[in-house]
Amino acid sequence: MTKTTEKKKDVTILFAGDSGDGMQLTGSLFTNTNALYGNDISTFPNFPAEIRAPQGTVAGVSGFKLHFASMNIFTPGDDVEVLVAMNAAALKANLDQLKIGGTVIANIAGFDKKNLRLAKYEDESNPLLDYTLDKFRVIEIDVTKMTKEALINTGLGTKEIDRCKNMFVLGFLLWMYNRSMETTQKFISEKFAQNELVKDANLTVLKAGYYFGDTNETFTSRFEVESAHLPAGSYRSIMGNQAAALGAIVATKKAGLELFYGSYPITPASDILHELARHKNYGVKTFQAEDEIAAVCAAIGASYGGSLGVTASSGPGIALKGEAIGLAIMLEIPLLIINVQRGGPSTGLPTKTEQSDLMQAMYGRNGEAPLAIVSASSPSDCFDAMIEAVRITVEHMIPVIFLSDGFIANGSEPWSYPKAIDLKAITPKMADPKKSLDDGQYYPYRRDEKLVREWAIPGMEDLQHRVGGLEKEDETGNVSYDPDNHEKMVKIRQEKVELIANDIPRQELVQGEAKGKLLVLGWGSTYGAIRTAVKQAIDAGLSVSQAHIRYINPFPKNLGELLIGYDQVLIPELNNGQMIQLINAKYGTKALPLNKIKGMPFASREIKERILELV
Amino acid sequence: MENTPTYTAKDFATDQDVRWCPGCGDYSILKQMQSTMAEAGINKKDIVFVSGIGCSSRFPYYMDTFGIHSIHGRATAMASGLKAARPDLSVWVITGDGDSLSIGGNHLIHLLRRNFDLNVLLFNNEIYGLTKGQYSPTSPKGQVTKSTPMGSLDHPFNPQALALGADATFVARTMDRDPKHMRAILAAGNAHKGTSLIEIYQNCNVFNDGAFGVYTDKATKVDTTITVHEGQPLLFGQGNAKGIRLNGMKSEIVSMADFSPEDLWIHDSSDRIKATILSRMFDNNALEGGLPRPFGVFFQESRNRYEDSMQEQLDKAVSIKGVGDLDALIQGSHTWIVD
Repeated sequence: MTKTTEKKKDVTILFAGDSGDGMQLTGSLFTNTNALYGNDISTFPNFPAEIRAPQGTVAGVSGFKLHFASMNIFTPGDDVEVLVAMNAAALKANLDQLKIGGTVIANIAGFDKKNLRLAKYEDESNPLLDYTLDKFRVIEIDVTKMTKEALINTGLGTKEIDRCKNMFVLGFLLWMYNRSMETTQKFISEKFAQNELVKDANLTVLKAGYYFGDTNETFTSRFEVESAHLPAGSYRSIMGNQAAALGAIVATKKAGLELFYGSYPITPASDILHELARHKNYGVKTFQAEDEIAAVCAAIGASYGGSLGVTASSGPGIALKGEAIGLAIMLEIPLLIINVQRGGPSTGLPTKTEQSDLMQAMYGRNGEAPLAIVSASSPSDCFDAMIEAVRITVEHMIPVIFLSDGFIANGSEPWSYPKAIDLKAITPKMADPKKSLDDGQYYPYRRDEKLVREWAIPGMEDLQHRVGGLEKEDETGNVSYDPDNHEKMVKIRQEKVELIANDIPRQELVQGEAKGKLLVLGWGSTYGAIRTAVKQAIDAGLSVSQAHIRYINPFPKNLGELLIGYDQVLIPELNNGQMIQLINAKYGTKALPLNKIKGMPFASREIKERILELV
Repeated sequence: MENTPTYTAKDFATDQDVRWCPGCGDYSILKQMQSTMAEAGINKKDIVFVSGIGCSSRFPYYMDTFGIHSIHGRATAMASGLKAARPDLSVWVITGDGDSLSIGGNHLIHLLRRNFDLNVLLFNNEIYGLTKGQYSPTSPKGQVTKSTPMGSLDHPFNPQALALGADATFVARTMDRDPKHMRAILAAGNAHKGTSLIEIYQNCNVFNDGAFGVYTDKATKVDTTITVHEGQPLLFGQGNAKGIRLNGMKSEIVSMADFSPEDLWIHDSSDRIKATILSRMFDNNALEGGLPRPFGVFFQESRNRYEDSMQEQLDKAVSIKGVGDLDALIQGSHTWIVD
């Protein structure tokens, strides 16, 4: 029979199942296929904090959201068009995201009495049979049974067979969206190269899913999302944590330094450690410390020795590192601190995203302890922002906090990657044993016009000196309790941060006019949602502009002027209003807040609605 | 090879006034350290002293080498990162009983098991000095201090046993009042390839004066202390009239009038079990039949140094994958081109 193909500009699919169902892998593989095909992509994995939460329950649902398109996109999509529900709990947890008229692909084996009970459907009423899904199109497949049948007589056990069922779903979706199985087949062959039986099983089930779509008469139409007209270039798909790790390696090399990474495992930052540990042939030294404090202290020790010391964590770990960061501020040596933010306070929401550590980055230390802060706005931007963070810490001899969050850390997008040679060189301010002495004396806290001191490391002849956390005397660096000296040093450390503003780009607009009714001012991972919302507002003829802050401390020099050009400024943030306090305090503005504190990124619709209320 | 200048102890003094209380045991340690470094044949530019917080942690300011006076309890962690980044350096951690066994206890045990090649000088005075006299993790139970007016409730740490328990590769004890012994131990620690844990009994004459008096006073020390020497029998007392022999796993004091040196415990610092028994000659003198407090190198063994193993992995990765190319790193394994 003939099957028709319907063209679509973009599709948002949410793969949802038990955390053991392999939904993250299914989503990633489908993403890779579409990325290689040439779609623009944005993904958002959303999983529980428990590795294996009780099977079949809503708490144990793991989801992977994928937005792919034939145009430029900046978010993982507001509303879901296709919801893959491997069981009743997956449906229950995510149905509110499915748009009216959307499609549910349900594994009916996951809707038996036990699953309905575990998902807490009232009276074990089956949503596939009652009115629950009236407004949606439902495709029911007994994935479990089909997988079993495909693998009959293979000698595999029930458990192993069950583990293949995600491949059936993937095969079916590849068929539905008119994609080749090639990328996935290659992946399976490589991953299970050592286990012929499992490899063949996965390949068999993948094909079974694909041909099920092809031959089953219920499915009459397929969809086609053509490749996007992305700017010309070489592309790869990248996740935020990966981009941050690569950026750190590349920037350190550009600075002619060695990278030392001290870290303690924490969600959602651990993937940076995993990524860096893979690249030992780049001379990267990774050190899994006994705790967060040891991790940052080891990084400081490495920086003292002339490497670039880097540490990463999430909010709770950054809190533990606070005292040591203060020491690095006193020592005035390079130190890069990555905070992949998650929901707080305390343990909070480990696997959910939030931007609520901004004030912690600004002020979360004892004493007057300013440092530089750089934030990343998308998965691939983690690379560029990281290069800037390294440049500032090394060239300005000051700790830098790099702010990312769970959303962009785990999200992925296509990246038009640069060539290493095109990236700017970074110049550490190393001392020179031949030039640094003044009449035989070394002054470790002498500064240049940027108030930056030299980096004198062990092994440099005649530059022996002592540093520490006690207040330093100006120039000599000797311990000093002198009242005037302390005030002077506090002011110097502050001014040193402010002077970085001469060394960072001016604040540019992302879109819109330089003057107008409303400026939407964002920072960090809200970039994509704001960009989409503001674009729609501009297309509708409204006077709205967008600016997105990368350099948070110090702010770009022209930021204040830029704000004056608008009647109103709106600051959307995934917190209870932190950037807005910094902006209003510094510039005397009356910016308006838009806050979301649900552990989830903004939908662009939410921002657009607020824009429409204001303009 | 570059030439290392010849130094005297004085070459290691800095222009900073030493600010410990007059009569503090730290002066003696500083002096022995300066002598040891002068004899060690290491260029000053390649030496780093790292300390935490406490009276002893002012030490780096008084050594004309590189130095970091870091934060409370973290010198061990700081030194680990430094040594990982710079295996070529001679790194010395200066810490006290509060710094290394209380707030920094975690980092100490992890440093010992990892076995970076550096030296830890643990100044043990059984009190918090810089905060003016609270009990420390090595203060004996029942000690009356400002924070324990009715006596401390804590069972104290035994630093030697703790270090052995953490699989340290070099464990030794010395004291501020015995300069010659201290120099020998410092030199032995410096020669050891791995983490050397050197506990130094140090008198705080202001807040805990005489804590080790029984081991340092001429009148008593001959019976209350024993210095162990490699391959030598454990002899002590006036004219070495007493010896220690092992009766099974139990040490007992014997009179040399009745025994010959061959009957005694012969010190073997490669024997972990004996080192453990030695470290346990600590708990309660009266109950143990007045066993003396041992000084010397209790234990040493050769084990892979962390920084060497780390470098080996980097070298291995290069031999397998080749020296990393930045463009290969950036582009990863799956790319596509948009025209």
